[in-house]
Amino acid sequence: MKNLVILGAGTAGTMMANKLRRALEKDEWKITIIDQFKTHYYQPGFLFIPFEIYNKQDVIKPKSNFIPPGVNLIYNEIDKVEADDNKVHLTDGRVINYDLLIIATGTQTRPDETPGMKDKLWYKDIFDFYTVEGAVALQKKFKSWQGGKLVMLITEIPFKCPVAPIEFVCLAEAFFAKKGMRDKVEITYVTPMSGAFTKPVATKMLSELLKEKNIKVIPDFYLERIDNDQKKIISYDEQEIDFDLLTVVPTNMGSEMIERSGLGDDLNFVPTDKHTLQSEKHENIFVIGDAANIPTSKAGSVAHFAGDILFENILSYIEGRPLMAKFDGHANCYIETGYGKGALIDFNYDTEPLPGTFPLPGIGPFGLLKNTKINHYGKIIFRWIYWHILLKGKELPVEADMTMAGKQKVSI
Amino acid sequence: MAEITVNGKSIQLTEDGYMTDPSQWDKDVAVALAKADNFELTDDHFKVLEYLRKEYEAGATLTIRKVGKSGIVDIKGLYKLFPGGPLKFSSKYAGIPKPTSCV
Repeated sequence: MKNLVILGAGTAGTMMANKLRRALEKDEWKITIIDQFKTHYYQPGFLFIPFEIYNKQDVIKPKSNFIPPGVNLIYNEIDKVEADDNKVHLTDGRVINYDLLIIATGTQTRPDETPGMKDKLWYKDIFDFYTVEGAVALQKKFKSWQGGKLVMLITEIPFKCPVAPIEFVCLAEAFFAKKGMRDKVEITYVTPMSGAFTKPVATKMLSELLKEKNIKVIPDFYLERIDNDQKKIISYDEQEIDFDLLTVVPTNMGSEMIERSGLGDDLNFVPTDKHTLQSEKHENIFVIGDAANIPTSKAGSVAHFAGDILFENILSYIEGRPLMAKFDGHANCYIETGYGKGALIDFNYDTEPLPGTFPLPGIGPFGLLKNTKINHYGKIIFRWIYWHILLKGKELPVEADMTMAGKQKVSI
Repeated sequence: MAEITVNGKSIQLTEDGYMTDPSQWDKDVAVALAKADNFELTDDHFKVLEYLRKEYEAGATLTIRKVGKSGIVDIKGLYKLFPGGPLKFSSKYAGIPKPTSCV
């Protein structure tokens, strides 16, 4: 009997457990999945909590609901991986041997990495919305906030769901307009990147959208520290921006377990072959989702597309065949823009987000890089798809590889 | 595509002014690239450029954080050396591709 061990029962790990349990013989492969937390969060829903569109109960379900029979689920913190001995050590002293390891431990927000972030204003005037606690605290704050300078700050790249801060400022704009206090709120979007987005065509579309909504963009701002007394954010080159209410994307880092195991880079992400998803150092370790250092978005859609590729490569590896499936970095992101509309982008390692239709060329129903009502419904329906299809590793009518069909080439 | 000539050697550049062939780099090329931006390179600048080239050749993804932890210069010092876009400018003078941040 061989052991396949999955570290992390989030989006990526849960999908892989489902796919692989169906494919591997139960008398040949034991599958174990390990996670320290019992609650599965629908993370795309966090964004809606501050604006009272969702509440906490809309985004949580027990992890055990999604782990199939025949998979051994262990709730315990992982101490470290000893990759040279093929062992996983748990903090309670248990040792799990593996023949094949899948790392899916994701990324975490680390407000403690920036001086002054997790300080006396934390969850009073400074909030994140990448944790359920932060999103709920911000909802409470917004209920009684009288207005002022709202600053959306991205600390450092890479970070999970790179469109979320753009969605956040769009939703905030609509939220305060609906409350009749838009004129009392000044919204500023501050980013270390050189524009609202890095890829040129999408940046152009999104910059125009933010301008239309009277949201100011301050690019090339790399945060050094936050002054809690004067309520300022200060960059390494000494630019200062005042805030009354600061929403942040803190530094993102991989699990500390990766650091303890000596498997990560300087942000604790695991160096991974961007096409095969195999660890660069250990051939019996594969990495999926936000835990990998591959140069694409840290997002559930990426984990989903990568899951199809990883599934094929794991079967090849087990059968001693070369790893033929190649991940192309495919990502697909709905962007909520407020007022019941949304935009959609679809891209990969080599192709930037382009305008067009998705998934059917010329038909859609979704419009790429267009701000439409149907795109918004796509995002709303997605929560159902996530719980019922995606996590269970079932097929969606979208290919893992990105396609150019339905996309228009543009030059700017 | 642009082009500059340094010591009789023709150097191809991208539209943004980054070298297309990092192997053509030498110190004179770096000085010429910086001069085009009215920028002067000192020994402290060259320490950063050489670190970037070494890491680039090893296949590393370069970030401001990584340079800040290199022991050569901290992030604040890096901003002082290359004001306005430390990684963008240092990569340009180091002859390596423009840093891309993924979406």
